[in-house]
Amino acid sequence: MKHDLKMPPDMIQLLSFIKKEFYHILRDKRTILILLVMPVIQIILFGFAITTEIKNNKIVILDPSRDIATSRIVRQLVESEYFELAGYLKSDKDIEKVFINHEAELVIVFADKFSENLMHTGKADIQIIADASDPNTAVSLFNYASGVISYYQQELMNENNVPYQITSGIRLLYNPGMKGAYNFVPGVMGMILMLICAMMTSIAIVREKETGTMEVLLVSPMRPILIIISKAVPYFILSSVNLTTTLMLSVFVLGVPVAGSLFWLVLFSVVFIFVSLSLGLLVSTITETQVAAMLISGMTLMMPVLMLSGMMFPIENMPKFLQWLSHIIPARWYIAGVRKLMIKGLGVTSVLKEFAILGGMAVILITVSLKKFKKRLE
Amino acid sequence: MNVIKAENLTKRFGNFTAVDAISFEVKKGEIFGFLGANGAGKTTAMRMLCGLSSPTSGRGEVAGFDIEKQSEKIKSSIGYMSQKFSLYGDLKVYENIRLFAGIYGMPEKKIKVRTDELLEKLGFQKERNTLVKSLPLGWKQKLSFSVAVFHDPQIVFLDEPTGGVDPSARRQFWEMIYEASSRGITVFVTTHYMDEAEYCHRVSIMVDGKIEVLDSPSNLKKIYSAASMDEVFHRMARKAVRNET
Amino acid sequence: MSIAMITAENIVKNYGSVKALCDVSFEVLKGEIFGIIGPDGSGKTTLIRILTTLLLADSGSASVDNMEIVSDYKKIRSRIGYMPGRFSLYQDLSVEENLEFFATVFNTTIKENYYLIKDIYSQLEPFKKRKAGELSGGMKQKLALSCALIHKPSVLFLDEPTTGVDPVSRKEFWVMLRRLKEQGISILVSTPYMDEAGLCDRIALMKDGKFLRIDTPDNIIDQFDDTLWAASSSRMYALLNDIREQEEVLSCFAFGDAHHVTVPKGTLNLETLEENMRAKGHSDISIKPVRAGIEDCFMALTGRGSGDAGKTDRGNADREMKSCRKDPV
Repeated sequence: MKHDLKMPPDMIQLLSFIKKEFYHILRDKRTILILLVMPVIQIILFGFAITTEIKNNKIVILDPSRDIATSRIVRQLVESEYFELAGYLKSDKDIEKVFINHEAELVIVFADKFSENLMHTGKADIQIIADASDPNTAVSLFNYASGVISYYQQELMNENNVPYQITSGIRLLYNPGMKGAYNFVPGVMGMILMLICAMMTSIAIVREKETGTMEVLLVSPMRPILIIISKAVPYFILSSVNLTTTLMLSVFVLGVPVAGSLFWLVLFSVVFIFVSLSLGLLVSTITETQVAAMLISGMTLMMPVLMLSGMMFPIENMPKFLQWLSHIIPARWYIAGVRKLMIKGLGVTSVLKEFAILGGMAVILITVSLKKFKKRLE
Repeated sequence: MNVIKAENLTKRFGNFTAVDAISFEVKKGEIFGFLGANGAGKTTAMRMLCGLSSPTSGRGEVAGFDIEKQSEKIKSSIGYMSQKFSLYGDLKVYENIRLFAGIYGMPEKKIKVRTDELLEKLGFQKERNTLVKSLPLGWKQKLSFSVAVFHDPQIVFLDEPTGGVDPSARRQFWEMIYEASSRGITVFVTTHYMDEAEYCHRVSIMVDGKIEVLDSPSNLKKIYSAASMDEVFHRMARKAVRNET
Repeated sequence: MSIAMITAENIVKNYGSVKALCDVSFEVLKGEIFGIIGPDGSGKTTLIRILTTLLLADSGSASVDNMEIVSDYKKIRSRIGYMPGRFSLYQDLSVEENLEFFATVFNTTIKENYYLIKDIYSQLEPFKKRKAGELSGGMKQKLALSCALIHKPSVLFLDEPTTGVDPVSRKEFWVMLRRLKEQGISILVSTPYMDEAGLCDRIALMKDGKFLRIDTPDNIIDQFDDTLWAASSSRMYALLNDIREQEEVLSCFAFGDAHHVTVPKGTLNLETLEENMRAKGHSDISIKPVRAGIEDCFMALTGRGSGDAGKTDRGNADREMKSCRKDPV
């Protein structure tokens, strides 16, 4: 028996409670499957919307001057595996039609007298027009096209030792707000962590109330704080597993790298997990049935994550009231922070604000829910 | 006239035989006590008779309809009441009556007249607009029995109708059963109170999925030379060999 | 003189306008089985929850094993055993896992107090690997009792342990309780089954948040001071109403195979009643004196005041005893 070890009784209770929680989780095959597989499926589903269709996209060119420089750029574009030429346009009036009739995914507009301008003034303009109603594709295409153009620029520089500058401007049609593909990974991370920590923790605690076992536990010498800790630990571990799989998938499958410090990214996520756990705890203190816990965490935690965190809709475009409301959504700060740490590769100093806000939320929520956790039945 | 007929009625779940070839008949207007220990198969048998689950083998007839092929017709000629679910607590007394009468297709006019009659008979006139959940348990049980027989079913099935009810309310409840039986309604009832078994015209005791005995309480007591049905029941239930399931 | 293990004084508890407990006071002595007997909604669960520190009383005081229920609630929680009304074990854990879990929660081990639960648990041991959710009603109850006992509590609280359980398992359960009593454990048990009263050392009859009487079952029965007869005839239902029509009869209720007739002492004699019934066309009439049971006493106590409960108005018995509780309407 374990008790031969000289452990304090609290520790024995805690370990045995955590073991019991794992039994619950592991024996509920369907739930554990959903919890572990759902993040994978979400990442892959959204991920493939980004990674497919990037090859052989049709482009249409509007090139009034048709000079050496423009034809060289067009040739390089077409030679890349990403694009194939669908034709030339006569006037900029035809641009809209291209997209309406789905003739091409991208329109490249060269300024008049392109080569001449480039040679004489060292400056020339290209406009890349994409259909951003599918923002993920639009952004990838834009990135590829501007990559080809800057490559040409590089070549030109090497040939002539003169710094030529081609300014490529983009115009995004139909979705000026523009969400990038990379936005998606932070969003999914925020959603999954919130779902597992908050929803599952609240359900796990409320289930004991519903089956009446909470009564027995309250009447036992076990301290309420231990009950809470042992409920939180398994879901903390599960969340960490999910965090790892999500990160691995985004790096190795989607090719979204961790541009910044992995250490700070993980630490930042752990703070967010604490916020979610304490939210779940709070929900469990105000609900009596599992269904109610699920509905409340679904409606008050998940919906805002989807709608107000900037994952689906850009916050800047929301009405003022919703913008203001989004400030109290933990996921908003988490997603913003992950974007900076993971995608943009900024240092930890750039997310100090997010860190502070999430940390503050965690402290407040944990205090409130510990206060609200009842030592008795009412 | 027999209103319930069961012939070798059997229900298996996997290789577990919950109800093992039971055969019996219940006469019109009879109060039939359906007894047995927990897990003896009472609930499963009752579900088959109410047309809620079809038998693995054997056949049965309730109110002249085949339990397998005509289960919909059976449902409109029986009433059902259980301890757990009977009435909607968040509806008023008369709303509950109207709801269930409506479900059984009674015309609106008839419902009105009969509701007034019923409330008067129960002495519930003042409680007409009371939410059912705020009634004392004994009243609730009386009301839900009245609702179960409101559409004049041929048979009413009662699943532990008096659990937890206080002694006088329990007896008043049984007087309502007697009254229904004297009107020709057949009463099929399960109970854990052995004194209630004495009130039945005939009782059957199920042991391990089989009907071990079926007779009137007085005959059973004579046969087993027992002082009460409680004693008879204990002797029967000890025969159970069916292991933990 | 025995030591009181539970003392409750003037406990009051209201839920909004509903008075769940009105001024309840009693004592449970060491090694005693004390039964709280009353129908659903009489306040049994609320009382037990207050004594097990799960609820706070609005007023009044109580102590369990000499510890005050509010200030010493933590200490109490390590000394008592509690079995709530619902089956409250983990259905997805095995029999053994449940027991082990509750042992650690109470800072003990199965080994340490095995002697206490041996009788009960040995019946479960063949199924120790089975999930608790897959046990039959009687077995679940034994497991729940084992879990409540594993830390050798000084007082055991059982809230309706036999509700919904068949008569055979119920009897077995009471045998187990007698054995625990012999180990010196004090037991407070609630039940809606009046026939279980005789198995307790002392009982409290409870209705509408009040104790009607506290005494040994025998004393309560001895205090039944009306004449009680058991009457039967070939037409039982008609007999019920015919007897009720007799002026002297206080009440007449069906009781198993005979009706119990209550008449004030010396007002009606047995032969007259028999004759009157024969006159109403009954045959095979049998009327004989009978000793009251707890159920008779309970009905007499709750029905007293109007005198005609069980005679005419069906709703009457329910309308009695509203002295403390407000009418629910």
